[in-house]
Amino acid sequence: MRLIVPLRGVIQGRGGLFVGSLIPCCLFYFLQLYLKRRRPPPSDPTELPRTSSRTNLFSRGNSIGRVRVSSRAVPVAKPSDSPYYIGLERVKTDPYDRIKNTDGIIQLGLAESTLCFDLLQRWMSENLMESMMQSDDGEFNISSIAMYKPFEGLLELRVAFADFMSRIMGGNVSFDPSNMVITAGGTPAIEVLAFCLADHGNAFLIPTPYYPGFDRDIKFRTGVELIPVHCRSSDNFTVTVSALEQALNQARKRGSKVSGILFSNPSNPVGNILPRETLQDILRFAQEKNIHVISDEIFAGSVYGDKEFVSMAEIAGLGEVDKSRVHIIYGLSKDLSIPGFRAGVIYSFHEDVVNAAKKLMRFSSVPVPVQRILISLLSDVRFIEEYMTAHRQRIRDKHIRFVEGLKQLGIPCAESGGGLYCWVDMSSLLTSYSEKGELDLFEKLLTVAKINATPGTACYCIEPGWFRCCFTALADEDIPVIMERIRQLRESSRS
Amino acid sequence: MGLPLMMERSSNNNNNNVVELSRVAVSDTHGEDSPYFAGWKAYDENPYDESHNPSGVIQMGLAENQVSFDLLETYLEKKNPEGSMWGSKGAPGFRENALFQDYHGLKTFRQAMASFMEQIRGGKARFDPDRIVLTAGATAANELLTFILADPNDALLVPTPYYPGFDRDLRWRTGVKIVPIHCDSSNHFQITPEALESAYQTARDANIRVRGVLITNPSNPLGATVQKKVLEDLLDFCVRKNIHLVSDEIYSGSVFHASEFTSVAEIVENIDDVSVKERVHIVYSLSKDLGLPGFRVGTIYSYNDNVVRTARRMSSFTLVSSQTQHMLASMLSDEEFTEKYIRINRERLRRRYETIVEGLKKAGIECLKGNAGLFCWMNLGFLLEKKTKDGELQLWDVILKELKLNISPGSSCHCSEVGWFRVCFANMSENTLEIALKRIHEFMDRRRRF
Repeated sequence: MRLIVPLRGVIQGRGGLFVGSLIPCCLFYFLQLYLKRRRPPPSDPTELPRTSSRTNLFSRGNSIGRVRVSSRAVPVAKPSDSPYYIGLERVKTDPYDRIKNTDGIIQLGLAESTLCFDLLQRWMSENLMESMMQSDDGEFNISSIAMYKPFEGLLELRVAFADFMSRIMGGNVSFDPSNMVITAGGTPAIEVLAFCLADHGNAFLIPTPYYPGFDRDIKFRTGVELIPVHCRSSDNFTVTVSALEQALNQARKRGSKVSGILFSNPSNPVGNILPRETLQDILRFAQEKNIHVISDEIFAGSVYGDKEFVSMAEIAGLGEVDKSRVHIIYGLSKDLSIPGFRAGVIYSFHEDVVNAAKKLMRFSSVPVPVQRILISLLSDVRFIEEYMTAHRQRIRDKHIRFVEGLKQLGIPCAESGGGLYCWVDMSSLLTSYSEKGELDLFEKLLTVAKINATPGTACYCIEPGWFRCCFTALADEDIPVIMERIRQLRESSRS
Repeated sequence: MGLPLMMERSSNNNNNNVVELSRVAVSDTHGEDSPYFAGWKAYDENPYDESHNPSGVIQMGLAENQVSFDLLETYLEKKNPEGSMWGSKGAPGFRENALFQDYHGLKTFRQAMASFMEQIRGGKARFDPDRIVLTAGATAANELLTFILADPNDALLVPTPYYPGFDRDLRWRTGVKIVPIHCDSSNHFQITPEALESAYQTARDANIRVRGVLITNPSNPLGATVQKKVLEDLLDFCVRKNIHLVSDEIYSGSVFHASEFTSVAEIVENIDDVSVKERVHIVYSLSKDLGLPGFRVGTIYSYNDNVVRTARRMSSFTLVSSQTQHMLASMLSDEEFTEKYIRINRERLRRRYETIVEGLKKAGIECLKGNAGLFCWMNLGFLLEKKTKDGELQLWDVILKELKLNISPGSSCHCSEVGWFRVCFANMSENTLEIALKRIHEFMDRRRRF
């Protein structure tokens, strides 16, 4: 009930205060009270009268109301209309196999690498058991892997991760294990950060094109919105401060509260490495607007180009801004090719965020036996050096082949230096230079050429015709097959 | 390390450069400031050790099952000589493991879980592997179900006393409320239809929409199974109110005599009406029965297709590691092993329970008659100077500081009667349990002299 200040009498400055103002106010209050009591309770799903016979009740059949799920659950189960997911589903129905199904759909829509499995496998077969069963007296003692351990990850694992991350990010930045929380993959890492940094209904600014999975990871349960900040091919899809500024102002006009900026570096889906100056610009912008910065650096170890990768942690460490607004996401799914293990990292300079994230890890922690394997793996410096060198080299080689193959078809790619994919400009194949034209091409690629590539629309790219093609699960001999299929598609479109 | 109860939320303006955090981040719904967790801190600072620290704090506040570790070790050493079972050998094994992040979960593992759950229930209910959704622990399963069944500011009805962790797991990120169904010792804390109606009405009066009832069966902290009739009444109630029924059966394998446990699955087994069945959901985990909390394996079993689909997709935030699934699939499918394990585990827990209850009785302390779980529900009401929550906490503090025993006060479980305490007995050796009982005896002797 609203409080009504009996102003009239006060203003008029007479004793008519009582009669003039108080009585109408009292009447108003009583009216509100009466209405509130009369208001029915929140509408209940059908309540049935109590019956004494239980069997009768259970056999009533259709007359019992169907129980409902929450309204936030409803959109989750709906089939996705994003081409990203549609493509992934389609491949499952008819997956390409070099020997058994040469007419199948070739998967270019999943950013996974199998290029260094031979090395990983060798390590696992030599070390897996020992690393898991490690105990002080050398005897197998199940309690070392069976019992409850801190949900944020064993200290040894955080130390190992800190060292590993520092190495693969060029050695110019060091990570403090006490700022780190280990999560069951990159997916819960981003969601937990969203839960900690923004309230339901707040928003993150996110440069486009962006990884389609963010829509689910962030929006499913947190209620946080994503506001696209459009980038252009003329800037090689690198975000500018003016674009951020514009997006923020528009958001404010709409009444949206922006809590932070989320971006990936190396970028997904473009694969470009953000220059140092851009990172500094983003951080200064965040400082000026007093918002957070989340840098998803999950591809940091998959850098193959000539550009140097710089972590946002390094920029934050320069001391120009309040670094408690900087948060980093990392994981082993891309660089170390073990998405199945489920190991991710939240690294934050904000003590309260680390504390909250630690407590939230009870919902998404890494199993202790897996932690022990990872401690061993990440601490095996010699192996890691060997692996990372091979990983980068093999991605580079594959990238060169793939891009060259496309070049021969007259299809250019954006400049990229990291990630497991390239950003391909297929606009020359579009029947119309529009979103519709792009989706038509996506469909033709899928059904005629039998290639699943993710269209830019799924990534909110404003320029039509761009496709993300992941090439790190391909054998060399798959590449000419792909190029031939694209060539044939183009021929048939022309005729 | 202190996280302030409620941080100042600074306004978002250019002059104030302290960046804001969310309500979730600054709230104290995690509950880690309660006595339940304070006792753990005292233990961490001065943990009992048979040889190195015999006067340290004995941890009796953690429901962990260590009584059957040897069974697991023997099995693993015998059947898994070079880790072949655990994926270290063979090209296809590793490749699948490394890449597999499908939220459907490994089929073999789901089949193994279904089979294990059936065995625990003595075959009185069947479980369809395709209705099993895997989560990283039961904690995640309960939270996930809450997200799916209730919107922010809706409520779940939960009988008291209940596991303190629910305050956090069901409410923190979900924004859902808990409305207690009050139970008391007059009928051994069983849920009555009157208590159900009363709780429902309380919610209604506060304009809160009730979406379901969540029970733990066997109960934590009571250490007792829910009677079949009570389950039937519960389902009846949920049908009439058209709400969900969640049964957290995480201790189902820890019932001392298998025949004394009725799972809600058995009740549903005989019902054909989908509109009745589809409101029932079961939570399970390997953390208690199998003593593997470190593995983070939980499941939601739902009779509702929509809930299964939704839970699967949401489980992306809490997937079970492919390595873990691989490791446990063959062990859980080995029916000879699981039958033996379940049987011996029950027997050992029963013996422990009897040891502690008899030991307490000799000291003049009564417990609720229990038949399951890793703890007993002890009545110290007669020792309270003031029969209030404060009086209970004072006694708890004395027990922690003087006896160096960390036990859980009933108030942290929202018990409406003061003086009850949960005492865990399965996370220590028999010797340690004897020492704990000895300390209690001595304490009671000292008291009697005054």
